[in-house]
Amino acid sequence: MRYIDEYRDADKVKQLAAAIKKITTREHRLMEVCGGQTHSIVKYGLDQIIPDQIELIHGPGCPVCVTPMEILDQAIALAARADVIFCSFGDMLRVPGSEKDLLSVKAEGGDVRIVYSPLDAVKLAKLHPDKQIVFLAVGFETTAPANALSVIQAEQLGLENYSLLISHVLVPPAIEALMTSSDCRVQGFLSAGHVCAVMGYEEYRPIVEKYKVPIVVTGFEPLDILQGIYLCVKQLEEGRAELENQYTRVVSEAGNRPAQEIIKKVFTVSARKWRGIGEIPNSGFGLSETYSQFDAAKRFDLSAVRTKEDNECISGLIMQGIKKPHECPAFGIRCTPEKPLGAPMVSSEGACSAYYRYRKS
Amino acid sequence: MKEEINFTPSCPFPFEQYPTIVMAHGGGGRLMKRLLDEMVIPTLNAGAISEMHDAAVIGCPSGHRIAMTTDSFVVNPLQFPGGDIGCLSIYGTVNDLAMAGARPAYLSLGLIIEEGLEMKTLWRFLESMRNAAEECGVRIVTGDTKVVDRGKGDGLYVNTAGLGFVPENIDVRPHRIQIGDAVLVSGDLGRHGIAIMAQREGLSFDTTIESDCATLHKHVQALLDENIDIHCLRDLTRGGLSSALNELATATDLCIDLDETTIPVAGEVRAACELLGLDPLYVACEGRFAAFMPAAQAEQAKQILQTLSPMIQPQIIGKVAAEGVAPVILHNAFGGQRVLDMLSGEQLPRIC
Repeated sequence: MRYIDEYRDADKVKQLAAAIKKITTREHRLMEVCGGQTHSIVKYGLDQIIPDQIELIHGPGCPVCVTPMEILDQAIALAARADVIFCSFGDMLRVPGSEKDLLSVKAEGGDVRIVYSPLDAVKLAKLHPDKQIVFLAVGFETTAPANALSVIQAEQLGLENYSLLISHVLVPPAIEALMTSSDCRVQGFLSAGHVCAVMGYEEYRPIVEKYKVPIVVTGFEPLDILQGIYLCVKQLEEGRAELENQYTRVVSEAGNRPAQEIIKKVFTVSARKWRGIGEIPNSGFGLSETYSQFDAAKRFDLSAVRTKEDNECISGLIMQGIKKPHECPAFGIRCTPEKPLGAPMVSSEGACSAYYRYRKS
Repeated sequence: MKEEINFTPSCPFPFEQYPTIVMAHGGGGRLMKRLLDEMVIPTLNAGAISEMHDAAVIGCPSGHRIAMTTDSFVVNPLQFPGGDIGCLSIYGTVNDLAMAGARPAYLSLGLIIEEGLEMKTLWRFLESMRNAAEECGVRIVTGDTKVVDRGKGDGLYVNTAGLGFVPENIDVRPHRIQIGDAVLVSGDLGRHGIAIMAQREGLSFDTTIESDCATLHKHVQALLDENIDIHCLRDLTRGGLSSALNELATATDLCIDLDETTIPVAGEVRAACELLGLDPLYVACEGRFAAFMPAAQAEQAKQILQTLSPMIQPQIIGKVAAEGVAPVILHNAFGGQRVLDMLSGEQLPRIC
């Protein structure tokens, strides 16, 4: 398969692993920000072929994992309403809310639909004028343009039955929050390539300069990740802290301008709560004043929704890289994909799910 | 691959009178009798069913044991690239019999039809069933028809049960799997699941991915005829390769080591899986199986399957070991390894 196989070439992988070994003289702790990168690392066993001195810390870049339980409970309450068709990406359906997940709501008669794009939800809104169509708009900067576009489309079509339940989060404020934490062990970041494909990477420069920490924009295939590690380790070994772009075939410095314009038109930056981490200022998107009529949180009265978090789940520590999934006492015992205590065990980008699925330990 | 369904506009049932199924077609009265007598039985060329007795009475050849299985088919859409619910409901049960080392012989057929299903559509699926049954050399000897209210079924649900006969000297149950056995898959993986998903979700690719749905008993018979000492067989349906191998490894308390680079997955299936965020090792097949046998015979077995179906890439993908960190371990080309776990729930498309 073109554009995939080239980046999984076994000989080149081995060469790059050897090159990393050659330049590594001391211990380094790197964080891969995105959950997609975590899964690649664990799936392909990349951490098994690099020197033991390099520790890969798994970051908070899993949109499912950081979505606060309140939003899930609100989603579940909306999905149970007879007048609502609730649309979501498939990933969110098994994530536990306080009492149940969206799949259970579906089984109880709620109209919950998996869509591949928010634009499919807009189509449903057009098809079912007698129903309210709510789309669960979660994700980082990667999903924001399509979600914003769906609002613009709904407006153009004059649809008054379409809305977004939003939990949009942003990468740079999360990195900054990690860097200011007293528990922070991270010495270098592999930043999330697809987020930068949309946003470019200029916004990371102030972080590099302020915290003197290397950031390498990195892709998701085995060769991408190993090259990202190589560049990051090389900086650390040479005592540099710079912003570098490994993922040049996808990411440009300026990013995708039209996508940024759409985001700017529809969303405004706001404070967001991150599950397990807490509220981070200016770390997410909400609908701008012009489009606030598409906000499900305003359209529906959700004041009765109550949330009760499970105290045993240490997802916050996992997502800040303070603990590894297998260091959680509940891992694989009281917390499994079938009966998860927290989102990182169910999400396809969650670190706990990666460890459970590919390592079992 | 399979032949086209022979669709000729000469349905024995008068379409003009009943262009769609109505509730009375399941009511037990005259209309139901006409549906059976004029459409179902002649189309399926059913044998003992035509006696219209409460049960079919069949003989068992001496020196054989009876294998029995049942399966229900609730596929949506009813027709998909490479097949339809008709042939699928025959192949599925025939394949389950073949996996027990049985020669498939007789089937029962239960139809649960949704009110409003077009008569032409039903007839087309019955024809597909007949063609598949003829191909497999099985006879449909008893059946049942029910009609459910509109909105309470996806057009048509089918249940088939199958009887087959296992020769005295054949035993392909999991307890015969041994340390050192080779694991062979009969062809490339994941076609059925991706064909269905693409059709269901309206995804289109440059090439249409066709379901692999097909009968497997000829392949099994060919291996047995050449004296391959098959220790165990398992078809790779729901949950794909991963679930099948995990079940067997767990049942036998052994470990299966797989070489990821040898597992056959067609380029277009891999591409679709990449796009959708799915793992082809978990995607369903409807015409593939895994076989366990002495390593010394594996290459010969591969050649036999290759000769029978040159297009579907049989491969030796691994071996059975005494113990490991998990029931099924996948070794990759980089020298890394990972657990191939059983699917939890169903695979869900990713966010980004």
